[in-house]
Amino acid sequence: MNKLDFEKPILELEGKIAELHKVGSGDGINITEEISRMQSKADRLLQQAYSKLTPAQKVQVARHQDRPHCMDYVDAFIEDFTPLAGDRAYAEDYALIGGLGRFNGRPCVVMGQEKGHDTESRIKHNFGMVRPEGYRKAQRLMEMADKFQLPVITLVDTAGAYPGMGAEERGQSEAIAKSIESFLRTGVPIVSVVIGEGGSGGAIAIAVADRIYMLEHAIYSVISPEGCASILWRSGEYAEEAATALKITAQDLHQLKLIDGIIKEPIGGAHRHKDEVIANVSEQIDLALKDLIPWSPDQLIKARRAKFLAFGRNGL
Amino acid sequence: MNWLSNIIRPRIRSLVEPKEVPDNLWHKCPSCEGMLFHRDLEESHNVCYHCNYHLRLTVKKRLALMFDEGKYENLPLPSVAHDPLKFKDRKKYADRIKESQAKTGLKEAITVAKGKIGGQPVVIAAFNFSFMGGSMGAGVGEAIVMAAEQAVKSKAAFIAIPASGGARMQEGMLSLVQMPRTIIAVEMVKEAGLPYIVLLTDPTTGGVSASFAMVGDVHLAEPGATIGFAGRRVIEETVRETLPDDFQTAEYLKEHGIVDIVVSRSELHETLSRLLNLLMGGESQSGGAKKGKKTDIAVSKSAQVKRKSSIQKEIRPDAPSSAKAVKQVEAAEKALENYRKAGASITEAPKKAASGKA
Ligand SMILES: [Zn+2]
Repeated sequence: MNKLDFEKPILELEGKIAELHKVGSGDGINITEEISRMQSKADRLLQQAYSKLTPAQKVQVARHQDRPHCMDYVDAFIEDFTPLAGDRAYAEDYALIGGLGRFNGRPCVVMGQEKGHDTESRIKHNFGMVRPEGYRKAQRLMEMADKFQLPVITLVDTAGAYPGMGAEERGQSEAIAKSIESFLRTGVPIVSVVIGEGGSGGAIAIAVADRIYMLEHAIYSVISPEGCASILWRSGEYAEEAATALKITAQDLHQLKLIDGIIKEPIGGAHRHKDEVIANVSEQIDLALKDLIPWSPDQLIKARRAKFLAFGRNGL
Repeated sequence: MNWLSNIIRPRIRSLVEPKEVPDNLWHKCPSCEGMLFHRDLEESHNVCYHCNYHLRLTVKKRLALMFDEGKYENLPLPSVAHDPLKFKDRKKYADRIKESQAKTGLKEAITVAKGKIGGQPVVIAAFNFSFMGGSMGAGVGEAIVMAAEQAVKSKAAFIAIPASGGARMQEGMLSLVQMPRTIIAVEMVKEAGLPYIVLLTDPTTGGVSASFAMVGDVHLAEPGATIGFAGRRVIEETVRETLPDDFQTAEYLKEHGIVDIVVSRSELHETLSRLLNLLMGGESQSGGAKKGKKTDIAVSKSAQVKRKSSIQKEIRPDAPSSAKAVKQVEAAEKALENYRKAGASITEAPKKAASGKA
C-alpha cells in the first residue's frame, strides 16, 4: 500500500543502488561511478514521473501513508503547542487535532485532521475521519480564536467525515454546517492548507478561510473518485476517469480560482523530503498571515464572504 | 462520501411522483401498499390516506399548499456558468442538464418564489428532486443566495425546502463550495433579524444536509423524510453497523434533537403561519384557538386520523405489542424508583468511601 505503482522502476533502481552500496564499499572507483550514474538516472526518472503526474496518480500520492501528516507540521513549526480536547458535550475526537500554540512567535489557534502514522495511531485518530464532536471542537476553537483575536491555521487531510450510526445520531450534518458557520463568523485571519486529501464536506468544514493553499500533489474533491465512478459510471473501475473529470488537483483548482496558491513539493513528493515540504508550508502561512494581520475583524469577515460568493461567478 | 449513491431507498425507489394527468387512476402507497384514488390523493396533497405516508410532491403543488390562498410569484433564477468543468461521464453533463430540463420543464433543481404565509412576507427556495436528484451545483447555490438577498430586501422570512441527494458531482469543487456559499446566504437573513426556517423533505442528505439545511432558526420536517449526512448503504458497508429501520427518518432526527417539529402537509400552512407571526410580531392567526388545548409535543398524529384500523396493523409490524409495552413501562417505573432510592441528586460516592450514607 505504501508503494506507488508508477514509482516501481524508480524504487527498483533505488534498491539496486542500495545493494551496490553494500557490496561496493572499499572496492574502488568503478562502483562509485556506477552508483552515481544509477543515482542520477533514478533522480531523472523521479523528476519525470512527478512532473507529469496524472490526477489519479496524485490521488495515490496525496494518500501516501508516509506523507507528512497534520502533527508532523504542528510539531515542526508550532511552538508551545497546547492541544485542547473535547466538544464539552460528548467526547474528544482525536481525528481532529486542535489547540493553541505559537507560529513564528505569534499566539494562534491551529487545527487539522490527523490520519495517524501506524496501525495503532491510525485507529486512535480514526484515519482522520472526524465525528460530530471533532467539528464541534472546531467551533469551540473558532470562538476562542475570535475572543482572544488569535489567527487560525488549519491543515486539511481527510478522506471525509466519518460515516457511522453514532455520528449521524449526534448530528454530523449539523456539526459540519455549524463549523462552516463558525469559520464565516470569526474575525481573525484564517489560513488553510490542504496537505493531503481534501475529502468533501468533512474537509471544507475547516477550510473556509481567507487564504486557501494546496500542496502541489494534494487533492480536494466533492466526492472520492471511486465514489463518483461507482455512481456516474456505475463501476468503481472508472476511478481514473473520474479523478480527471472532477478536477481535483491543485493545478486545476488554482485555474478555477478556488484556491489562492500551490505550495511546491520536493521532487518525488512530500513523503520523500518531509522537512523541505514542511518548511515550504510554513513559509507560505507566514506570508499569508503577514498580509492578513493588519485587517480588522469586520474587514476579514466581509472579505471572506465576498471571496466565497465570488467563487464560480467570474469568468468561468 | 457517496452522497448520492444511497439516498433513494429500495422501498421508495419504485415511487415516482404521480403524473399531473394520471393515465392511471389508482396509485399504490409505497409504504402500506394501500390503493389510492388519484383524486383523493390530489386532495390529500400526496399523503396516503391509509397510513399518512408522505409521497413526494411537486414544487408547484407544494408552493400552492404553503402560501396564503395558494398565491405566489416565481422569481427568475440567476444565470450561472453551466458545466464549468466540461464534465463527461458516460454522458455529457451538458446533455444531462438538457434532458432534465426537458423532462421537468424546469430550468434548475430549485424554484424561488415570493408571497405571504399567515399574512407575513416570505421568500421560499424549494428544491425539485426530479431535476437531477435535487443536486446542488452553482445554479442552485446562486439561487439560494439570490433568494436570501430578496428576503432581506423585502424584509421577508426565508424558508428553504431541501429535497436533495447532496452536491452535484458534475460540477466538482464548484459544487462543494456551495456549502459555505449557501450558509453565507443564510447569515445575511439572520443578520437582518429575519426568520430562517428549514422544511426538510425527502431526501435531505450529503452536502445539502451539511450546509444551509442545518442552520435554521426552526427545523421542520415532513413525516418519514430521510435526512442525514452519509447514506444508509455507505454506513452499512463501510462501518458494518446494523441500522434501525427508522434510521435517518424525520421522526428519528426529532428524537435525536436535530428537528424541532415533524409536520404533516395538512398542518403545514397553519404551523408556518403561527411560527412566522410569533417570530415577526404578527397577530395570532388562530384567534386563541390553541389556548387551553392540549399540545401534542410528540410527533404529530392528527393527520393519522383517517387511518383505517384494519390497515394500521399491517403497516406497523414493528409496533410493540401491548404486553411488551406494559413490560417496558414497568421496567421504566422500577428504574425511576431505584433512582429515587439511591438519592436522585447525589452522585454515587466511590465504592470505598460509601459507608451507608447516601
Ligand atoms: Zn400508505
